[in-house]
Amino acid sequence: MTSEIILQAIITGLMMGLIYALIAAGLSLIFGLMDIVNFAHGEHLMLSMFSSFWLWSLFGLDPIFSIPITILLMAFCGIITHYFLIRYILKAKMLIQICATFGLSIFIRSIAQLLWTPDFRNVDKPLLEGRLEIGSVFIGQPQLIASLVCLIAFIGLYLFVTKTETGLALQATAQDRHAAEILGIPSNKMFAIGWAIGLGCVGVAGGMMANYFFIFTDVGINFALFAFVAVALGGFGSIIGCLYAGIIIGLVESLGGLLIDPSFKLLYVFVIYLLVVIYRPQGLFGRY
Amino acid sequence: MDNRLLIAKSEPLWNTNNRVIFLVGSLITLLFALPLFGLNSFYLHLFIMIFMHAVMAQSWNVIAGFSGQISLGHGAFFGIGAYATSFFYIQFGTSPWISMPIGILVSGIFAILIGIPMLRLSGHYFAIATLLIGISFQVVFQRWDLVGAASGLWVPMTSEDSWLALQFHKSKVPYYYIFLIFFLITFFIVWLLSRSKLGYRLRAVRDDPQAALSLCINVSNYKIIAYVISAMIMAPMGSLFAQYILIIDPDRVFNIEISIIVLLITVLGGIGNVWGPIIGAAILIPISEYSRIYLGGTGGAVDLILYGLILMIICIFRPDGLISFVPKDILERKKQR
Amino acid sequence: MKILSVENLSRSFGGIKANDNISFKVDEGTILGVIGPNGAGKSTLFDLITGYTKADNGKVEFFNKNIFGLRPDKISNLGIGRTFQKLKPFADQTLLENVMIGSFVKEKNIKKARDKALEIIDFVDLIEKRHHFARELSTGQRKRLEMARAMAIEPKLLLMDEVTGGVDQKTIPGLVELILKLKKSGVTIITIEHNINIIMEISDNVLALDQGKSIAFGSPKEIQNNKQVIDSYLGTVDAA
Repeated sequence: MTSEIILQAIITGLMMGLIYALIAAGLSLIFGLMDIVNFAHGEHLMLSMFSSFWLWSLFGLDPIFSIPITILLMAFCGIITHYFLIRYILKAKMLIQICATFGLSIFIRSIAQLLWTPDFRNVDKPLLEGRLEIGSVFIGQPQLIASLVCLIAFIGLYLFVTKTETGLALQATAQDRHAAEILGIPSNKMFAIGWAIGLGCVGVAGGMMANYFFIFTDVGINFALFAFVAVALGGFGSIIGCLYAGIIIGLVESLGGLLIDPSFKLLYVFVIYLLVVIYRPQGLFGRY
Repeated sequence: MDNRLLIAKSEPLWNTNNRVIFLVGSLITLLFALPLFGLNSFYLHLFIMIFMHAVMAQSWNVIAGFSGQISLGHGAFFGIGAYATSFFYIQFGTSPWISMPIGILVSGIFAILIGIPMLRLSGHYFAIATLLIGISFQVVFQRWDLVGAASGLWVPMTSEDSWLALQFHKSKVPYYYIFLIFFLITFFIVWLLSRSKLGYRLRAVRDDPQAALSLCINVSNYKIIAYVISAMIMAPMGSLFAQYILIIDPDRVFNIEISIIVLLITVLGGIGNVWGPIIGAAILIPISEYSRIYLGGTGGAVDLILYGLILMIICIFRPDGLISFVPKDILERKKQR
Repeated sequence: MKILSVENLSRSFGGIKANDNISFKVDEGTILGVIGPNGAGKSTLFDLITGYTKADNGKVEFFNKNIFGLRPDKISNLGIGRTFQKLKPFADQTLLENVMIGSFVKEKNIKKARDKALEIIDFVDLIEKRHHFARELSTGQRKRLEMARAMAIEPKLLLMDEVTGGVDQKTIPGLVELILKLKKSGVTIITIEHNINIIMEISDNVLALDQGKSIAFGSPKEIQNNKQVIDSYLGTVDAA
């Protein structure tokens, strides 16, 4: 095995990792805000990929240009999710919260299956195509752009949460929603914003991945699993932790696939998850 | 001596309601008598599925409802049970009656192995870990050549009905009675469990693990015990299901839908309540079987849409499940004000 | 006879010393009152003794047996019961069931455990409420529930965290009477209290904490006249 192959795997893993990081950041933001894990996160990702696909297939809009529309659609989807489901279960037991978002995931996935069948689709001849060749390492152009866009979105999200007034209000609500309400920050509105931004992140990732990934109704499941793992690794609620965790997962996935057996990618990630949460229950970068 | 204390002590330990006893008794009699009325094979199948899913949901109820740990990968134990009987039958011709206990044992051992590291996790961490466990089993079995990898195991058919090989080709009636008996036994066991000291302690662990520790309850041990019991209830259903359909593959017996449906049935019926899974299964399974008949191939998606919708509606409006519609005086004692 | 002896118990969270070298001894059959302003480390001390929080160092002996570092369920099994400042009833179960979970520790037979639980519930004067769910009870009643539940394991030492905190004034005399009744039955008690009058009335000894440090230990009289205690605690109460 040559070093080029390993380098190739590292770069591939890194690029995937950045995408996982952004998906996980959306999940983590929502969790940090209201202690609810969105078990429908993968389905939301699937929706954003389909949004990108249909905008291309029906209106001939290339995924790279439809990104803003996809983001808006997903943000809207987030607000709807909050308005029709989440706000009713904020005070419920954790079990009920898990079941509710789990129910949402079944609902979205099976509706998608009914409407669009479980067929595999892909965007034919997108603007972003081909690959770069640096030495003996190949880098897919759409993959590279996708991961860079995700990284930029991630940085944007981080700056938004830590620097802007709305972001700080979100953080205040995350820490103590009652105290925040006393300060005049309406928690219900913050939650809706959190959902909009959280799913907006998913919109970016899904829209970019539509360039080169097969689009089908079950596509979100594995991504969601990796996002759950990333959120747990990074420490529930920590956004910056998601970046590191996402990259770790991407690397474990691609290097494990290269060095051992690609069909057990999920297991390597799972082992990492178990090791981390057992020895460091607060996650690698947890705040507490 | 205090009069009120004497009255309290003279109360029976359990609230026995004659109406409930009568109802349950006549229901059991009816269930035993049903095949005598010449049910067609669709209805037999429907009842078999209800019994099976009620037991599977009851298994989930033990870990989630009694001890409060939300397992999202409970299908794993169903699959272990299914593979145990089919594998031993194909390889060694072992009777399912022997391999079923093996499946139960293996499930129990796996529950311990999984439980020791994982039950230290709480809440979301545990739920996510079990989700991963469930899918890991599916992935491993899809690639494991010894058990047929993705194409699964095909149990060779016996030429005639055989109780030893647990195969019946002429009629579904024997399956009906086998599932019914397992259903009744499981419910009796869980009913006893819910009234035992173990049941009390598990509920203590569920409601407040910290407080449970102050009452000498070793919380992690009790969680593992609940997980093992739950796994051992699940496994025989996998075994019986494998004998019922005779073809098993990873996508069928390790499907995440199994983990979903047990959760759904229990939450719909009433989590933490022995009767919840029965009510849930009696409502949900007909929905899925009928939609499969009337809507053909796409039925699978339609019943899942309904499932998702029902689950969300229940979570919003009736978090205690349908059992909470039953009048309070049947379930609880009259309160003295 | 010493029932509990604590030596140099310390624990810090981050840079903050929640408990700093705390030492004291409790005699069997007495009541030790623990006082101190908010954040003095009173509840942390309870968590350290009962194993809920791991101490950094120190020594805890219960009947001359070292219990430092044991798990909470082991410690409760040795005969140390406790209640919680932030109440932790088993909310979805009735009062009777709550107490029965405690009485199962010493009584294996369900019927006998039930009868014993009823006696304890009668002792804390809640017999009428036995079939009420814990979540339906008032704060004062839930405090009694926690006491009853802790008593049900037949502890030799009972740690009570702010029994009279957060309940209305009318129910306080009843709770105090209950503590004295408990003492009479032979249980040794350590109680955290904000209400200084109650502490002075019921305690045999008082331990005063401030900012994680033990600033005084002695009879109520001695504590009342201790300058440091007056400065850091009693003074503020009078001013308030």
